[in-house]
Amino acid sequence: MKLITHNMLTSKCLKGVLTGYPLAIKATNIKVNEVDFNPDFISRIIPKLDWEVLWKAADSIGHSEGLPQTIERNYDEDKEFLKKAHRVLLEVEVEEGYLTCPESGRQFPITKGIPNMLLTEAEVQ
Amino acid sequence: MSKRPEHQAPPEFFYNEDEARKYTQNSRIIDIQAQMTERCMELLLLPDDTSCLLLDIGCGSGLSGTVLEEWGHMWIGLDISPSMLDVALERETEGDLVLADMGEGVPFKAGSFDGAVSVSALQWLFNADKKSHQPVKRLYKFFSSLYASLSRSARAVFQFYPENESQLDLVTSQAMKAGFYGGVVVDFPNSAKAKKFFLVLMTGGAAPLPQALGTEESDNSLQIKYAKREACKAARGKPLKNTRAWLLDKKERRRKQGKETKPDTKYTGRKRSGRF
Repeated sequence: MKLITHNMLTSKCLKGVLTGYPLAIKATNIKVNEVDFNPDFISRIIPKLDWEVLWKAADSIGHSEGLPQTIERNYDEDKEFLKKAHRVLLEVEVEEGYLTCPESGRQFPITKGIPNMLLTEAEVQ
Repeated sequence: MSKRPEHQAPPEFFYNEDEARKYTQNSRIIDIQAQMTERCMELLLLPDDTSCLLLDIGCGSGLSGTVLEEWGHMWIGLDISPSMLDVALERETEGDLVLADMGEGVPFKAGSFDGAVSVSALQWLFNADKKSHQPVKRLYKFFSSLYASLSRSARAVFQFYPENESQLDLVTSQAMKAGFYGGVVVDFPNSAKAKKFFLVLMTGGAAPLPQALGTEESDNSLQIKYAKREACKAARGKPLKNTRAWLLDKKERRRKQGKETKPDTKYTGRKRSGRF
């Protein structure tokens, strides 16, 4: 699971959960995969992200070095920053571990890089 | 027994390892999936030359995702079958994968995606595979959570196989109820094989539905149909039955076969007068 997915993923489908965001990451295995750098995509996606959540998620899996906690105003001209954002968003992948819902504490296992968001009958709204 | 996969087993069991393997080895399946995804992308009307973040619902082994990558987009895929997702991992697709059931809702925060595509997945929602499943409720939950997770003016395009008219009505009514505009585009409606249904849903205001393929022939009058048939016959080299040309052709054939045949005269194949 890439951190861009984590930044979008919620547990709001759970019964009784309102926002279910952000999910806490507990990673036991992390992999870094090279992905082609596309500065346009990164600068287009940044306004959609919750940067604070991204920074905290990167920090919790130990990949926040060099990443600013807040975004500068003209970030789309700062190539170095975009490269760092690209690395954190698309290259760092959580292979094994679990996600925890902030409201209910329900854990979603991540196996082979795929988070399992399936619910049981009782958990469906 | 019905041939439709939805009638055989729930998706997480139907798409087992054997079935999933077909999606990497069978070139016909791969071609068809790619074609349908291409058509979905046309209907999605994304801005040119910008890479977007797309949601692939029922991404399976990532065949549709490969097409999205070719168009230069990043994608996140949802699927309920672990075996299919394993195949997607083997194929090393660029997109990210999530194991989830679309009927339980789309688990993403508001305004995440610039568009959504889905190839041959929506028809699974019409089935109740568990006692707790209510298709209408599941469809509504799916569409309402999808509506929330799309950015404004984004579109969602679903290629799917409805079984009958009432399923079409159900799916469009639930999508409208969730706030979408749009409807069903039927490509090649006169062909049994090439006929394809695309549900095109729009979030930002009502826009005209795109034109379906294979429906250009708008003039369906009888005369034109018959004119076409005659043209076809002529092209095949045989004259139309009960005409003089047909009769002469037949007599010629009999002569060649050595059968007794009357000579051709000006009376051959002539209409009898009314007095007779």
